[in-house]
Parts: sequence; structure tokens; C-alpha cells
Amino acid sequence: MENKRLELSNDQLKWETIFKRLLIAMSIILVLIMIGVLVTLIVQSMPSIKSMGIGFLWGKVWDPVSNIYGAYPFLIGTLLTSFTALIISVPFSYAIAIYLGEYNPKGWLSDLLKNAIELIAAVPSIIYGFWGMFVLVPIIRSFELKIGVSPFGVGVFTSSLVLAVMIIPYAASLGISLIRMVPSPLKEGAYALGATRFEVIRAVILPFTRTGLFAGVLLSLGRALGETMAVTMLIGNSSLIANSFKEAFFGPGNTMASVIASEFNEADHTLYVSALIELGLVLFAVTVIVNLIGKRIITKFTNN
Amino acid sequence: MDARIGFRNTKSILFKSVIIFFAFVITIPLIIVLLYIIKQGITQVNWHFLTGVPKPPGEKGGGIANALLGSFIMVMMASIVAIPVGMLAGIYLSENPRTKLAYYAGLCVDILQGVPSIVVGIVIYVWAVKPFGGFSAIAGSIALALMMLPIIIRSTEQTLKLLPDSLKEAALSLGVPYHRVILKVIVPCGFAGILSGITLSIARIIGETAPLLFTALGNRFLSTNITGQMESLPHVIYNYATSPYDDWHDLAWGASFILLLFVLTLNIITKLLTRKWKIQL
Repeated sequence: MENKRLELSNDQLKWETIFKRLLIAMSIILVLIMIGVLVTLIVQSMPSIKSMGIGFLWGKVWDPVSNIYGAYPFLIGTLLTSFTALIISVPFSYAIAIYLGEYNPKGWLSDLLKNAIELIAAVPSIIYGFWGMFVLVPIIRSFELKIGVSPFGVGVFTSSLVLAVMIIPYAASLGISLIRMVPSPLKEGAYALGATRFEVIRAVILPFTRTGLFAGVLLSLGRALGETMAVTMLIGNSSLIANSFKEAFFGPGNTMASVIASEFNEADHTLYVSALIELGLVLFAVTVIVNLIGKRIITKFTNN
Repeated sequence: MDARIGFRNTKSILFKSVIIFFAFVITIPLIIVLLYIIKQGITQVNWHFLTGVPKPPGEKGGGIANALLGSFIMVMMASIVAIPVGMLAGIYLSENPRTKLAYYAGLCVDILQGVPSIVVGIVIYVWAVKPFGGFSAIAGSIALALMMLPIIIRSTEQTLKLLPDSLKEAALSLGVPYHRVILKVIVPCGFAGILSGITLSIARIIGETAPLLFTALGNRFLSTNITGQMESLPHVIYNYATSPYDDWHDLAWGASFILLLFVLTLNIITKLLTRKWKIQL
């Protein structure tokens, strides 16, 4: 009897060790995957880095036929779409954060709005792209005719509009929880001094949450930079640099993600593939940095 | 003095109206998109649409059975890999929050969450398509699994962190070995929270197109061969939407409707589960 119990506990002890090791192994695998992703991207872009060097980033010509690759058009395209989308989205996400965080934090109306915001993030990007192609593009086309630019319909402006809607939830939902974290004694103090609601928001809530709200905007930006499908379907996929800002803004363009999506499967020689992967590496680096800064700010903010 | 207060009050009310306007106006594009997809898609859906395979351009009819089956198989395979790995890593992170490994693993989860899906596609192309000489459903599943991981890990970690320590201490004090405490006490207690992370991650990946473009690609035929190309719902939408044929556009609207239905259902399930647990994903 005694012996059997001892055996049993030995058995359990063995399982306990195995289980603990399994937990550690999975976490190590996670780290290895991440290192693997980074190494893969760097190694695969080596041919392109060797051939074009750092000049790849501001090379203005992307011509796979003559084997010349420059990332400049896509960097401009990515920055233009992302920041336009960001500028459009910020008033909305701040308004949602203030409304659901301060004015109406509870109740069915606030639940409804909150679910709607979450739904915006849940709808797949391909569906926004498809809808945009058939509904938004004709509208934009007639709008462009009216203001007198070439009526492509597709282009940077169209993608930015859709992108703006898609990224609102990321800044908004973070903003809501941050504004709710503002200590009520601070607000009550301001009210006691005779401040109006608007003054409390402007002088207490916004200064208190400023860095956190900024982090939310960074998370939105991270999404916008890497967003692929909707942009690929709406931006018109042109790798040429436009002559004027107006043309660049309303005309077709390409982002780093969209050029990878539309050309990767057709890339037929090593340097071409490698140049596309180098674009991926740049995109990876930029989004990771933006996201990590955002996350770092949030952690700091919530710990205080 | 009175006039000044009146002015300040007006400003406050004005500000509130602007906020309410901006906050609600954003639901308009959402409603327009949803209604449009439902309107265009619902007329396409019938038995033949769900069970048929695509026909060549020009011929009427055709269905998306290949995409439905493909999406199902790939999401299944991705889940089989990602759920256990994600849960175990999540358990590690919640149980050992202060170790160096937990710091780096947590960092990796943060990074992985932000990696653009197209970059995941490229990496898996290099890992699982190039060495084996062709696109395959397995490669697609690996890409999807990679996208699921961060969501499952974070939801597991956060749910388990919410559980009171006394639960674990009580079980341990009864002499229950550590792995049984975790698997039979802690995980069952946080089951709803972990499950909500799983459903959310599935809702996220079922609509992902970018990682599948370079991995599973597509297949016009009904296929269960996981070493070959496989169609998926989002890819079939992309393919048909960008084609020049009206019949195919109709199929794409139908497929979008089905995809939306899946995503909505999964999100509602997640909602019901998280309501009980109040976790933030």
C-alpha cells in the first residue's frame, strides 16, 4: 500500500515536471518564431539589400522589367494613405472615447454604440474593399469630376476614406477605458470650482489622458500602415510617382502592403522577390516600432 | 457675469452636441456597408450556391462549396495547432509573470499582434511554400495559426490573472500536483474567458485574405488535399470581386454575405462569453 502510493506520487511528480517544461517550451517557441520571422525577412531581402543598398529606400523608380527597384513611391503612398486616414479618424475616435467614457458610460445606448464600434473592427478588410470598389469608387469618381481632377475613382483618397473607418475602433476603444480611469476627485474638484462639463473635459480629462489617447492613435496608425486587402482593391496599384500633390492624392498609387499583395505572386526573378520582401521588412520594422511605442505608453499609463 | 455663465454653458452644450454628432455619425458607414452586403448577398444564397463549385466564366450559376470547405479545413488545422500552443504559453505568462522568459514572450506576443498580415504571408511563403515547391493548405493553416496565437495567448493570460490566488492555493494545499491544479481547477474556472479568446481569434482569421494569398492561394475545384492549393472564403471574394464578370461579382456578394454571417455569429458568441467574464480583449 505504502509503496503504491509512493509510486503514484512519483508518477505525478514526473508529470508535473513534464507540464512545467511544456509551458516553458511553448513560450520559448513563441520567442523563436518571432526571431525566425525577423531573420527570414532579413535573409530573404539580402539580395536586394546587396544590389541596391540603402538607396532602395529613396529610389524613385520601380521597374521590374528592367530590374530597377526603389521603394520611394510606396513609402510616400503608405505615409499619405495612413496619415490621411489618421487625420480623418482622430476626431471620430476622440468623440467616441469622450462620449462613451464621460457623457454616457452606461445604458443601452452606450452598449449599442460600443458594440457597433467593435463591429467596425470585426468586419473583414476584404469586405470593405469589395464594397468600396462597387459603391464608393463611383461616388468618388463623380466627386472628382466635379472638382476637376482626373476621375479615376480609385486612388489614395478613396483608400484613405475606407481606411479611416477601419482604424477608428482601435483608438476609440482604448480611449474609452482610459477616460473612464480618470479619478473622479479630480473631476469633482473642477466641478466644485464652477467648471462646466466642457471645461472639465478640456482642463481635466484631456490633459490627464493625453499620452494614453496618443498611444491609441499610434495603435490605429499601426493598423493603417499594414492594412492590405481593402487598400489593394481601392488604391489603383500604380507604382509611378505623380507630378503634383493633387494627382498623388486623388490619383492611383500603391502602398508597401498593396504592392506586395498585388505583385508577389507574379514576381519571377530572385531580385524582384527579394525587393518585395525588403518592402515587407521595412513595413514590419515600422509597424513593430509604432505598436511597441504605443503599448509601452499604455503600460506606463495604466500602471500609474 | 450672468452673460458669461450663459456663454460658458452654451459652449458646453455645443461641445456635447458636436461630440454626440461625431460619435454616432461613424455608425452610418457601418450600417451602409452591412445593409449593402446583406441586400446584394442574400439573393445569391440558395442550396446550389452552398453546395456547388464554380463554373467557368459565362456560364450561369456556380457555388462556393470549395471555398466553404477550404476555409473550414484550414481554420480547423490552424486551431488544432494554435489553441494548445496559445493556451500553454498563456498559462506560462500568467503563472510566471516576472521571469525573463515571460518578458520576452510577452514582447513577442505584442509584436506578433501588430505584424501586418501580409508580412505573415511572406514569411510563411518562405517557410512552407518555397521549400516544398508549391502552395498548400498546410502553409495557409500555419499562417492563420500564427495570426491566432497572440489573441489566444492574451485572452488566456488575462482570464487566468483574474482568478483569485486562493483557488490555486486551496487546491495545492490539498496535495494536488501542479499540473492537475492548472488543468483541472484553474483552466476550467477560466474556461469561458479562454473560449471567448478562441472564438474571437477564429472570427479574426476567417476573414483574413492577405496571409492566404501566398500560401494556400485558391483552387477552382472541391479539394480536401491539404498538400495542394485550397480555396477559402475571403480569397474567393477577392478573386471574384477583381474579375471582370458580373456573374462572378454576384458570387462574391453571396460569399461576402456568408463570411459576414460567420464573423457576426462568432462575435456574438464572444460577446456572450465575455459579458460573463468582463475581460478586455
